[in-house]
Amino acid sequence: MAALINVPPKAKRGDIIEIRTLTSHIMETGFRHTADGRLVPRDIITSFTCRYNGAEIFRADLFPAIAANPYLSFFTVAKESGKFEFEWIGDNGYSSTASAPITVE
Amino acid sequence: MPTTRRQFLSLAGGITATGIVTLRPLRATPAMLNAAIRNVVGEAQIRTGKVKLDIPPLVENGNTVPMTVSVASPMTAEDYVKSIHVFNEKNPQPNIGNFYFNAFSGRAQVSTRIRLADTQKVVAIARLSDDTFWQVAADIVVTLAACTEEMN
Repeated sequence: MAALINVPPKAKRGDIIEIRTLTSHIMETGFRHTADGRLVPRDIITSFTCRYNGAEIFRADLFPAIAANPYLSFFTVAKESGKFEFEWIGDNGYSSTASAPITVE
Repeated sequence: MPTTRRQFLSLAGGITATGIVTLRPLRATPAMLNAAIRNVVGEAQIRTGKVKLDIPPLVENGNTVPMTVSVASPMTAEDYVKSIHVFNEKNPQPNIGNFYFNAFSGRAQVSTRIRLADTQKVVAIARLSDDTFWQVAADIVVTLAACTEEMN
């Protein structure tokens, strides 16, 4: 599953950095009908977590009101070199992960 | 009974106004919005302020509406934002998203893109580390609604 992650590769210790993530997902609301009147079953990402060297720094519960291909941008304090791990969990057993390294000077 | 022009017009106006009220869609769910908010907040008091909701006031396409919520907070171990909860008034479901922070988040701010099914109100509520709740609301006019189109 394709995900676009934007994390600054380098930061000064103590800097507040922005992390931007975009993942491809239909986010089918479960409220739409096909032309012949059948309900299209819900298929969304329900949870997103970001960990920084194992510690959770940001988490989100998503609902059908989040647009397709969920975009999330949030912040953290650069405290040490290491990596960010991202996890998306959704309906029908959907699971996707990504990671990004950071060097803190 | 003689009818003056003024009486006729006020009567006609009254009928029109009643008609509009009757024709309002049944999707409007301020009660569901309140229930969803109480689900998160419980019986706590919600104060207005601290929270900022950046969302365009006029939206052409309700399928993807950029939204940024931020809270004025020092984000230290003693005083930080625990979570931000975003709700809507008239989508089929009142929740939009719950976003959880901690003292290491640096800044209590989140951006995402949301769906809006109708011209409506969006409410953002922040829970601070001292368990007080702060809210802000924004009215958005949507010209093309999300969720209602058929799937091919």
